[in-house]
Parts: sequence; structure tokens; C-alpha cells
Amino acid sequence: MKIIVCIKQVPATTKVKINPETNTLIRQGVESMINPYDAYAIEEGVRIRERIGGSVTALTMGPPQAQDALREAVSLGADDALLLSDRAFAGSDTWATSYTLAQGIKKIGDYDLIICGKQAIDGDTAQVGPGIAEFLDIPFVAYIRKIEDIKSDYLRVERLMDYGYEVIETGLPTLITVVKEINEPRLPSLRGKMKAKKVNIPAWDAAALDAAEDKVGLNASPTKVVKIFTPPPRGDGRMLSGSVDAIADELVQCLRSDRVV
Amino acid sequence: MNYFLTEEQQMIQDLARQIATEKIIPARAELDEKEEFPSEIMNILAQSDLFGLYIPEEYGGMGGGCFELCLATEQISRACGGVAVSYAASGLGAYPILLFGTHEQKQKYLPDIATGKKLAAFALTEANAGSDAGGTQTTAVLDGDHYILNGTKQWITNGGEAETYTVIAMTNKAKGSRGASAFIVEKGWEGFEFGKKEKKMGIRCSSTRELVFKNCRVPKENLLGKQGMGFIVAMKTLDRTRPGIGGQAVGIAQGALDEALSYSRQRVQFGKPISSFQAIQHMLADMAIQIEAARSLVYCTARYIDSGAKKISKDSAMCKTFAADMCMKVTTDAVQILGGYGYMREYPVEKMMRDAKITQIYEGTNQIQRNVIALQLIKESASKVK
Repeated sequence: MKIIVCIKQVPATTKVKINPETNTLIRQGVESMINPYDAYAIEEGVRIRERIGGSVTALTMGPPQAQDALREAVSLGADDALLLSDRAFAGSDTWATSYTLAQGIKKIGDYDLIICGKQAIDGDTAQVGPGIAEFLDIPFVAYIRKIEDIKSDYLRVERLMDYGYEVIETGLPTLITVVKEINEPRLPSLRGKMKAKKVNIPAWDAAALDAAEDKVGLNASPTKVVKIFTPPPRGDGRMLSGSVDAIADELVQCLRSDRVV
Repeated sequence: MNYFLTEEQQMIQDLARQIATEKIIPARAELDEKEEFPSEIMNILAQSDLFGLYIPEEYGGMGGGCFELCLATEQISRACGGVAVSYAASGLGAYPILLFGTHEQKQKYLPDIATGKKLAAFALTEANAGSDAGGTQTTAVLDGDHYILNGTKQWITNGGEAETYTVIAMTNKAKGSRGASAFIVEKGWEGFEFGKKEKKMGIRCSSTRELVFKNCRVPKENLLGKQGMGFIVAMKTLDRTRPGIGGQAVGIAQGALDEALSYSRQRVQFGKPISSFQAIQHMLADMAIQIEAARSLVYCTARYIDSGAKKISKDSAMCKTFAADMCMKVTTDAVQILGGYGYMREYPVEKMMRDAKITQIYEGTNQIQRNVIALQLIKESASKVK
């Protein structure tokens, strides 16, 4: 089973700053980490390999420092790692990112299963996983909480929906995105850490990916961020006291005067 | 202080600290309260490759030594002395095989200990044989191609939890300490059972039990070294594991200083944080000085042992004794700094103080260590006079 896990390096803090000119995150000088949902994806990939054999490749698109996230993925059990990095990729939205990752996956080739976290905690779009599947023209199942069965050409999964769980069967290759219920990621092992230190991480640029110039980076991104702002903090709450009837009356009055009802 | 760790040693330290912080600290109070063996944490340590640090690569280990084991034990102890001893005692059980085992014995037993699949334990102490190991009453009598073991071992760390035991028994009582032999005994063998589980003052999550041998047949090939070498096996083993107790003591003390420091900066009395009072400052400073001195001695000794040095008994005894006494003092002071809160089980320092005490007692009491040190000093002095 050849498994590719797509991961994203995200800021390890909620105190990020926004570049006012490009309306993108300022990532320099901010400590970063593997997107937590992607950690579940790595762990699930490693568990599948431990059960039925195969290999796990960690893949990311990002600046050279995204190597750190890939090394961490190796310390957590990935066999190897690959970085897609080019100045031309900068400012990609989810469409351009999905395209670029799909190009990378096509070039790796011969894959059976692609695993992504359900979403990244910085952008929170949950679009890149499904986007990759579209570009690769393969099935995808999002929000997986359990892999019930996996064979060389068959996958049966349970996915988390708002109204309950769905059990879905599909063939392979397939892309899945996973939620946190799926597993508890392990800590790194000493052998994994030593391997991560030494592992050679190839970096592929736009030319290596045969990526069309008009499909990568900021200019190719259909989404334009016009403005980013921090919503004003909510005002203080107010506690009402007294008898139930009195509170109910006062509450109705407040709601009316605030034109809520 | 920079101890110039290698990249690999740094990784060991980081990894053990991460496990201590993320997995052990949140669990330690409950494990202590319920006196529950930390099986889940042992699995995490196993999965992280920490059980094989001192075992050669050819037997499935990481190829390090005593120093690597000390580094891991120290970081685990910073979170919980009980978890740490359960971890380190597997090393105590494995060292006799590592030092005196034949290639076949090593091949059979070390790989599973290195991966953490099986825990090991070391059984020397008996009801009437503590500091005086010569009082050992467990016997091993040769019968064909088996030794028949009879007797009861007491206070055995990892008793019941371990799969592989190194047991010291008398093969010839008349010869006294030269009449003891060491055996590898597996859990589950007929005639090998576990007695009561002890209720302890500290390190309460660790398992401490009796091993009861009633006509237990141990194959001849499980004799370690030669017949009559039992006490040599035990002494050479303890020489190499005492720095681990030193590491445990340094770790417990460091954990206590960390707590005392953060508490003293938050606790306000007389309108100021108590860390602004010189009485508290001097205590904190003294704690830090003693911890660093002990750490230096432990690290130095472990590195000296790993260098292949032969005469290590005195140094090994010194680092264990100094670190253990230091640990008792520092943890007591930490409780003092936290005052009434420190005495409450809601805060972790009273547990650290309870855990500290054992380091002065096990793997040879600090009094016995001083005997060893003094006798060696006198011997060295006498040989110079000649």
C-alpha cells in the first residue's frame, strides 16, 4: 500500500499578524508546527502500514522551512518526505494549492491512498483535500473517523456527519480526510528522530512538477482576500436576577429594545 | 550548564522530557493515589525506543551506555519517581545478562527487553539479607540439568510485572558470599509465584513484590556466569546502575525546584511574591547549587563507566550517595517553600519528598555506600604507603 499524507505547517500560536498589503499571514519569526489534523493523518497512515505493509510519504507545499514539519512527520513514522517549494507557489489559495499538490502526487505516481487532515487550523477551509482529489480525478471521502477495512483495491470507512455516521465503501486509489476521533497520535521514537535528522528531503519546484505557470501562486488564485480584520470583542454579559417571571419579563424587554425580536 | 551532549544524547533527553511532560505529569497524582502500575506509560516508553538505550545494537538496542540511561531516567524522574524506577529497574534486571550472559542468553533475552516488550527485574534482597547480602537464604540445588530454587525474595521492583528475572541464590551455603550464583528465571515457570504487593511511602505506582520459589526448576543453561559468581554478578551490576539512581535523584530534585520556583513567583504574602524575600531566594539558590553539583557528579561518573573503566565501585557509590542525600534535602526544602500547600496532596511536592526517601535506601543504603567508599579510600592510601 503506497500512502501519501499531505501535511501543512501552521503557526503554533493564535497571535499571528497579517501583512496589510497582501492580506496574508506573516509567518516569519513565528514558531510553527504540523497542523494538528494532519498529525492524525500521519498516524493513520503509519497504522495502516503497520497493519498491512507498504510505505508512507509525507508531502507538503511550502517555503524551505516547511522541511521542519516534514522531518517531524518522519520522526512520527513516515518513511520519507517530499517538499514542493518554489517562489512561484507563494500566495496560493486553496485552488492553486490543490493543483500544485496534485501535480506533485501525479509525479510521485502509483499511489493507493492519500490522507489529509480535515482542515488546517489557520485557514480552516477544508478545501485542499477534496481539491486534490478533483485534480487527480479520484474519489474522496471527507471526515473519516474510522477505517473499518482496507485492502489493495477496497476501502470501507465510517465518516462523521452532523446527523450521525455514514459507512462508505470505495475502491482505491482514493483520498480521505480525517477527523480527530480517528486515533491518538503517538509520540516520536528515538529511531524516528534519528532518521528524521538524516533523511534526505527532495525539493521539487514548478518546473519539476510540470506545473502550468498560470495555475500556481497568487496570480492564479481565484480567491482574492480583500480585507482581513479582527472582529471586535464581545461586550460583557449581564446577569438578570429575581423571580422567574420577573427575569422573563425583563429579558423580553431587553430583546425588544435591542431589536433582537 | 552545558554538558556537551552528543546530538543523539540531546534527542534522548528531549524525547524523555516530552514524554514526561505530555504523558507522565498529567497521570502521576492518580497513579500515586491508586498505587497503580503505569502500564500505559511503559508502552509509550517502549514505543519511543527508550528501553534499549544501553543495550548493544546487535541485541536490538540503541548501543548507548549507562549515561544514556541516566539521561532518560533523570527526565522521567522529573515528572514521577515511581514511573522512573519501573523504567530503570528493567535495566537493573537486564545488566547482569548484558555483563555476564553468554551470546545465547543475550540473544534469547535482551531483544525483548530492548524493545520494552518485556520488563526485567533483579532479585537480591530477602527478609534477612538486605545490606548483608551474605545472609541470603534462597537456595539453588543442582539436579541433573536443572537447578531447583527454593526461598523468598523480598521488595522486588517490577515483581509480577516483569517477564525476565535475574535471581541470586545460594548454590553452596558453606562458602558464604562465594557460594551464591545468579540465574535467569522466567515468569510463569512452575514453582515461581508472587507474594504480597507492598504498600509503600513513595514511588507508589511502582510494583514491589515478593518472589516465591517452591521447587522451581531452572534449566542449567540459565545460570549466569559461573557457579559461585552470584555476588560478583550482583556487585558489578549495581556498580553500573547506581548512577541511574543518581539520575533519578537529580530528576526528582529538579522537578521539586521547578515547582518551588514557579510557586514562589506566584504566591503573594505581605503584598509581594515570596520569591522577592531573601529567605526564599537563598533556599532556591542552595537547591539549584546542590542539584547542579549532583548532576555533574552523576554525569561524570556515568561517562567514566562508559569509557570502560574497571575500578568504578567507589565513584558509583559516591554519585548515588551524594545525589540521594541532595534529593532528600531539596525536596524537603521545596515542601517548606510551598508551606501548607506543599504539605497537601493537591500539590506535587509532598509526593516528590516521599519519592526522594527511597533513593537513600535502595540499591545499597547510603550507609553501605559510605562503607564501600571509605574502605576503598583506606585501601588506596595503604597501597601508596608500601
